Amino acid sequence: MRVLKFNHVLVGLSIIFMFGAYFFPIWQIRLAAPQYPEGLGMEIWLNKIVGVGEFDLQNINLLNHYIGMATINEHNISELQYMPYMVFALMFFSFIILCIDRSFALNLLFKGLLAIGLVGVFDFWYWEYSYGHNLNPKASIKIPGMTYQPPFLGCENLLNIVACSYPGIGFILIGLAGFCIFIAVFKQKIVEILKSTAEKELEEIVE
Amino acid sequence: MLKAKTLFWAVLSALIIQVGCGKSIELPFLKKGSKEVKVNKEVKINKEVAIENVTKEGSKDELVDSEMNIGENMEKKEEAGVSMNLSLPSDEVIAASMTYVAPGSYDEFYWFMSGGYSGQVSVYGIPSGRLFKIIPVFSLFPENGYGFEEETKDMLLTSYGHIPWDDSHHPEVSLTKGEQDGRWLFINGNNTPRIARIDLKSFETTQIIEIPNSAGNHGSPFLTENTEYLMASTRFSIPILQSNVAIQDAAKGKFKGTISLVSVDKDTGDMNLKGQVLVPGYDYDIAHCGKGASHDWCFFTSYNTEQAYEMLESNSAKNEKDYILAFNWVGAQKCFNDGKAKNVTTAYYRNTHPENKPTVSEKFTKTKLLDPKDCPGIMYYLPTPKNPHGCDVDPTGEYIVAGGKLASMIPVHSFSKFMQAKDNMDSRESVIDGIPVLKYESTLAAEVSKPCIGPLHTEFDGNGYGYTSCFVSSEVVKWKLGTWEIVDRVPSYYSIGHLSISGGDSAKPNPKYLLALNKITKDRYLPVGAELAHSAQLYSLGGDKMKLLLDFPTVGEPHYAQGVPASLLQDNAQRIYRLDHNAHPYATKQESEAKVVRAKNVVHVYMTAIRSHFKPDTVEVKVGDVVYFHVTNLEQDYDIPHGFAVKGSKNSGVLIMPGQTKTVKWNAEKAGIYPFYCSDFCSALHQEMQQYILVKGK
Repeated sequence: MRVLKFNHVLVGLSIIFMFGAYFFPIWQIRLAAPQYPEGLGMEIWLNKIVGVGEFDLQNINLLNHYIGMATINEHNISELQYMPYMVFALMFFSFIILCIDRSFALNLLFKGLLAIGLVGVFDFWYWEYSYGHNLNPKASIKIPGMTYQPPFLGCENLLNIVACSYPGIGFILIGLAGFCIFIAVFKQKIVEILKSTAEKELEEIVE
Repeated sequence: MLKAKTLFWAVLSALIIQVGCGKSIELPFLKKGSKEVKVNKEVKINKEVAIENVTKEGSKDELVDSEMNIGENMEKKEEAGVSMNLSLPSDEVIAASMTYVAPGSYDEFYWFMSGGYSGQVSVYGIPSGRLFKIIPVFSLFPENGYGFEEETKDMLLTSYGHIPWDDSHHPEVSLTKGEQDGRWLFINGNNTPRIARIDLKSFETTQIIEIPNSAGNHGSPFLTENTEYLMASTRFSIPILQSNVAIQDAAKGKFKGTISLVSVDKDTGDMNLKGQVLVPGYDYDIAHCGKGASHDWCFFTSYNTEQAYEMLESNSAKNEKDYILAFNWVGAQKCFNDGKAKNVTTAYYRNTHPENKPTVSEKFTKTKLLDPKDCPGIMYYLPTPKNPHGCDVDPTGEYIVAGGKLASMIPVHSFSKFMQAKDNMDSRESVIDGIPVLKYESTLAAEVSKPCIGPLHTEFDGNGYGYTSCFVSSEVVKWKLGTWEIVDRVPSYYSIGHLSISGGDSAKPNPKYLLALNKITKDRYLPVGAELAHSAQLYSLGGDKMKLLLDFPTVGEPHYAQGVPASLLQDNAQRIYRLDHNAHPYATKQESEAKVVRAKNVVHVYMTAIRSHFKPDTVEVKVGDVVYFHVTNLEQDYDIPHGFAVKGSKNSGVLIMPGQTKTVKWNAEKAGIYPFYCSDFCSALHQEMQQYILVKGK
C-alpha cells in the first residue's frame, strides 16, 4: 500500500526534526556546590561532550578525581562516534520512504526508531551507572557505600554537589520526530483498517 | 506492537510533562539564588527610603531625630527582616542602612586609594568601606611575591638600581572626553620619581616609568582630558642637570624645576617621556588639567617661591602670594615636535610587565629639555595666596580653584579671564625667566571668603558645588560656584588631607558619596600602640546637607583616591589567565612536559601545579646550583591560585593565579633534603600538596 499524502508531510517533518538535533545538546547535566554558586555544567551532543562554561569539563574532572571517578573524555565514549551516523541513517531511511512510497517501510522505520531510542536511553543510563560506580580504588576521598551515579532525570545530592540531569532540545527534537512517525503509522493503520472493512462490506453487498 | 506504541507514548508524554512543568529546569540551586536576590531587593528598597529621608530632612535643615521617623524606619527595617536595636538614634540607623551591603551583594563603587608611605594602592568597596585588595606598585610585596619573583623584580629597577620602596600619592583614572573610561589607573612615586600604570582589568601594575631630571615627583600624574599626557612636576628644585653646587645656591636660582610630559598610547597605555620643560626653581605641588575650553592647559600650584633651602616652615611662608603655573601643553608639544628643545643626556628606566611574561626593562639615556623662553606663550604665572596646595579645575573647565593652605580664603581663578588677560600688557606684573606673571585680580573669579582654616583640596559634584577639605579646622566645607557662598560644613576626624568624590576631578562627577582622607586618627578606633592606621570618613551627598555615614581605617597613608562606579569595571575584571594564551618563555602547559633542565650550575625546573600536587614529583640538584622554579598553575577555574614556597628561600613565596607562570630563584647552598609546598589553601588536599628537593653534595 502507498503512504498517505498527509503522512508524507509527517515523515518530512520528522526529517527536519532529526536534522535539527545536530544543532542542540541531547542531554544536560548541571552541578552546583557551595563553592560553585555559578554552577558547573556539561552538555551531551550527538557527537561531543562540552562544558557549559569553557573550562567546566576540566573543572568537573578535577573535582571528580578526588573521589576516583574516571576522566570524562569525549574520545573515550564510542557512542559519540556513531550516534551522528545513526541519526543520519534514520533521516536517510525516512527519505527513502518518501521515494518508494510503501507503508511497510514506514512501519519498519517506526520500529527501528523505537528500538534505537530505547537502546540509546538504556545506554546512557548504563554509562552513568558505570561512571558513578567504577571508582579508582586509590581515590583520596572514599566514603563507604557511596557511589556517584548522576541522576537519569531530575536532581540528586552527591556529597557537596547537587547534580541535575535533564534532556536537551536535541532529545526533544528526536522525540518529536518519533512522535510524527508514530502518528503517521497510527493513521496509516486506521485508514488501512477502514479500507479493508469498507472492501469487506462492498464484497458483502456485491454478494 | 500496540504495547510498544503505548510504552513509547507514555515515555514521550512523561518527558513533555517534565519539561512543560519546568521541573527539571528549575534547579534547586537556582531557586536558592533567586530567593537571595529577592531579599537584597527589599534591603535596597529600604535603603532608597533611608536616602529619601535624609534628603527630606536635610532640606528642612534639621537632623532626622523625630520619633516618628525612627518608627517608620524601624517598621521598614522589620519588614525587610532585619532586627535593629531600638536604642540607636535614627541618624545612625539611616547611616547603617546606607552603608550596609548585604552578604553576597556588591558595593556601588570601587575606590582606589594611594598607599602613601606603603607605596601601593588599596582597593575599597564603597559604601561598605570593605578592603578588597592591595595592588603592589612601588614597594616589595612578599604576600604575593611582587618584586621578589623573577617576573616582577625588574618592575622596581631605576637608574638608582633596584628600589624596594616608594611613597605613592595621587591615583588618577584614565579619561576620555574628560570622563572616567575605566581602563587604567596611574599613580606617582614621590621619592624616586616614577609613574606607574595599573591595568583595571587585571588590577595589576603593568608599567613603571622613571622621571629623570626630577626630585620629589609629587605633582603627578595629572591627566589631560583624553589621557594624551600625564603631567609630572618637581616638588624639590635641584640643579638641572644634576651637579654638586652649594646648597646655598638654591636661593641664587641655580636650582630648577621641570614639568614633564609623559605621553600615553591611546590603545596600549604605553608611557613615553615626550620631554621636559625647565621652570624656575620653586616647589611645585598639585596639578590638574583643563576640560572643554581649557583643554589645552594644565595648572600647577607652587610654594616656596622664596627659594628658601632651610627652615621652609617659616622661610617659605614669607611671600603673601605664590603662583599657579598655567601651562599650555599643546603649545609645548608643538615646540617639542618642532625641535625647539635641546637633547640632554640622562638616565631613566621604563619597566613593562606584559600579561603573564617577565618584565621588560628598558634604559633610556636621552631626554628633551625645553626652555620656555624658546617657546613663548606656553607658560604664565597666576599669583595665588599662600603656599597653595590643591589646584582643581571644575567640571566645566572654567574655574581653577586653589587650596590656599595658609590663606583664610579659597582663591578661584577664571579661565576665560585668564584668556583675556594673558596677552594684555596691562595685566602683566613682571616676567620671570621668560614666564609672564599676571596681576592677581586680572584672572581672579572670586575668593570664597572665610571658608575654614587650612583649605587644601577641592572636588566638585557637577551640580554647581565645590567641596573643600580643611586640614587645620578639620572639616569639609561645601560652597556654591558662582555665588561663592558657604552652604554647609561637616567635621572630619581628624585633620583631613585630601577628599574624594567619584569623578570629582573629571568632567562628569557621580556625586553620591564624599570620602575624607584624614591624617590624624587618635581615638577613632580601639588603641593598638603608637602607630595607627589613617582613618577615612564617608559622607552622603544625597541631600542638601552632608551626612557622616561611615568611619573606617585604611592602608598606609592615602593621599588621594579615585572612586569608580562598579559598573565600569566589574564585568571586565580578569578571572583567570588563559593557559592557551600563556606566552611565558618558561611555561609548562601540561604535566607531561614538566622537567628539570640543567646548564652547568643553572637548573631550570619546569614545574606544574594543579589540585593537589606539583610535577615533577621530586627534584634533585647539586650544591652550588642556582635553581629557577618556573611554576605554572594549570588550573582554569576562577579563584584557584596555588602558592609555591621552598625552605630557606631568600626570596618570598609566590602566588600563582590560574594559567599563570611564576619563577622563584633559589640557591642550593647546603646538601640535604628541602621541602617545598603550596602556600595558598587550594583544595581539600592542600596540606598534602608538599614535595621534596634533594641537594646532593659535591
